Amino acid sequence: MLGRSAYGIFWMCRYLERAENTARLLEAGFRMALTRGDRTSTDEWRSVLVTMGLDEPYFEKGGELSPPHIFNYILRDKDNPGSVLSMIEGARTNARMVRTAITREVWEATNESWMILRDLLARPVRETNLGEVLGLIGRQCTYVRGALEGTMLRNEIFNFARIGTFLERADNTARILDVKYHVLLPSSAWVGSSLDHAQWETLLRSVAGDRAYRWLNAGRMDASGIAAFLILDQRFPKSLVFCYEKLRSNMASLARQYDGETRAHALLRDAGSRLHQTTIEDIVEVGLHEFITDFVDCNVEIANAISQDYRFTE
Amino acid sequence: MNSQNTTYDEMHGADGSVRSAYAGYAQWYEGQDQSWLRKQSTEAEGFFRRTGITFNVYGNDAGEERLIPFDMVPRIITADEWRKLARGIEQRVRALNAFLHDVYHRQEIVRAGKVPERLLRENDAYLPQMAGFVPPGGVYTHIVGVDLVRTGPDDFMVLEDNARTPSGVSYMLENRETMMAMFPELFSRVRVRPVSDYPRRLARSLAACAPPAFAARGTDRPTVAVLTPGIYNSAYFEHAFLADQMGAELVEGSDLRVVDGRIAMRTTRGFEPIDVLYRRVDDEYLDPLTFNPKSVLGVPGIMDVYRAGGITIANAPGTGIADDKAIYSFMPDIVEFYTGEKAILQNVPTWRCSEAESLAYVLDNLADLVVKEVHGSGGYGMLIGPTSSKKEIAAFAAKLRAKPDNYIAQPTLALSTCPIFTKSGLAPRHVDLRPFVLVSPNGVDITPGGLTRVALKKGSLVVNSSQGGGTKDSWVLED
Repeated sequence: MLGRSAYGIFWMCRYLERAENTARLLEAGFRMALTRGDRTSTDEWRSVLVTMGLDEPYFEKGGELSPPHIFNYILRDKDNPGSVLSMIEGARTNARMVRTAITREVWEATNESWMILRDLLARPVRETNLGEVLGLIGRQCTYVRGALEGTMLRNEIFNFARIGTFLERADNTARILDVKYHVLLPSSAWVGSSLDHAQWETLLRSVAGDRAYRWLNAGRMDASGIAAFLILDQRFPKSLVFCYEKLRSNMASLARQYDGETRAHALLRDAGSRLHQTTIEDIVEVGLHEFITDFVDCNVEIANAISQDYRFTE
Repeated sequence: MNSQNTTYDEMHGADGSVRSAYAGYAQWYEGQDQSWLRKQSTEAEGFFRRTGITFNVYGNDAGEERLIPFDMVPRIITADEWRKLARGIEQRVRALNAFLHDVYHRQEIVRAGKVPERLLRENDAYLPQMAGFVPPGGVYTHIVGVDLVRTGPDDFMVLEDNARTPSGVSYMLENRETMMAMFPELFSRVRVRPVSDYPRRLARSLAACAPPAFAARGTDRPTVAVLTPGIYNSAYFEHAFLADQMGAELVEGSDLRVVDGRIAMRTTRGFEPIDVLYRRVDDEYLDPLTFNPKSVLGVPGIMDVYRAGGITIANAPGTGIADDKAIYSFMPDIVEFYTGEKAILQNVPTWRCSEAESLAYVLDNLADLVVKEVHGSGGYGMLIGPTSSKKEIAAFAAKLRAKPDNYIAQPTLALSTCPIFTKSGLAPRHVDLRPFVLVSPNGVDITPGGLTRVALKKGSLVVNSSQGGGTKDSWVLED
């Protein structure tokens, strides 16, 4: 396949994944704001901006610290290249570029999602319909994923799609953890401290893991348990270990089809074994923030290596 | 010319009776519920939007994608009518290829005094780089679109030949798909010749023109790729559609470079050679080393590789000389010169404004004529006398006097009409027809049907999609 096609499908999937995770993050913030006694507090919204790395551009632009301003900025502001709308447009532009590498179903699902969300986000979103908008973003992304899953041939094209998805997902989960690490591990004396359950709940919700976590832990909330769940639980589809297992299998499939491994395979193998050998105790000892920073850097390095090894660009 | 009295309608005779081509369709139509038909008509638009069958409009908001309106009443051609058309088209396309070979070699037709040498020498579409070179398989125009109009029962005329990179074939295919999805029972009632194997025939036809370098590769199937200017090109949908249907790679200039005397594409495994390049990029942008140095759409050095037998370019560079509007007026002579037969398909009478006598006539009769730029296309830069104001005509006359060589004039034709579906039932609108023709060393292959373009505005004669025209499914009936 063309290097440019590999690039296109890789980024199409990254954009979709990021759009979905952003909507999920907003949903968690929205939910927090609704359940909080103090309705005027904007802490959660501010933290959503921080998680996405959008706090600086937002405040530089003179953005107001009011929920509708913040979520409109994140969803649809033309000045925000990381808005959900630009993610969806980016996904659709890439899908259009690789139209011949994807099935008609995948193309139509992507194109239709773009048409629906573009119309929906053409006007400012009000608080009263925010829930509906976020729900629709999630459903449209699920629709595209379903089309990919159900109709694509399992060849190199599909591998590049999955690699894009899981690199992005691992990055997003890591960033959420990083911003929230003060909630989980606020100080050396974190053990046994009474932390705000609602905050933990938000954190889990933002990765769609609240129900799974409760089910696995019989409702017991525990800081290191949550961190371990998001980083190390192989069963949870947003955990770092899960994403890296998917990366491993898709890269292995590429190695089989290409009769050989690349530099990216070596980097991924190192990162994967570090992740597998670590325990939550080790992570706490090094410091969660340090662990995450290393992880995100390594994730970027792997993405760059794949891009070079498979000739995404000239 | 009074178009109202003499217009031929494809479906109805002057007395309102249904013509034989439409017998089956009319019977079906009568039995349909109007409100259901209206609903279907609206749904068709949603279908096209979802599939992404759009074209980008130049000079509009950047990247705006528009639909070409689709009308659900088919344009129907009988088996007999088609047989005659196909014979005429084949003859014309053979003549076009023979003309191109001659123009780039001995120019016998100039020596014979049939075509003025000046028209070739002073023509930007004539590429000196092609002189003395024979394209692989001897084929110049692998894909041709012949624009036909009808003015009477037996009067089909060629309005224009498209020998460069004719577009619209994806609409021919998608319109049929849409019709079959919307009205499946109609197709069990009326036997229509299929068009759906066009992509396969195109792939086969292109593969039959592999360059000399292909033989050295030792594989059994030539690698075919479609070269597109990219996703912002007005016809990008079609480029992707054809590549997809042929199972060919869709490449951009940035994917390609010269490697070991071949044109190679950057794949995830490294550079791999291409044998046949179906390019949808104009000559001018094809090779910055040979033509427009600012072009980023083409491949530096591709002309050298081409001339050395390293790749087939379809259509060949320099074919524009054959569909130039100034050359068009000589087509009846050109056909006769190379085939030894009278042209089966007529030309539209054409005045060459480069000739003083014709110019005088045209200036006197501007209000009745259609005047076109010799090198224009897409309905831009033309004057339609009967629908223009005095002021517009005067302004155009000035342009015409300043540069007469740049224009040809034709009578305002009474293009045939075909009904379209409107809220208040069927209403006649003017149509043309563009059949698609494939040429390979194995022969000329014409897909039965083509693209019917329709002027949606009442009385309008402009069918171009860029000017508000729509399209129809085009049926050729089985014998």
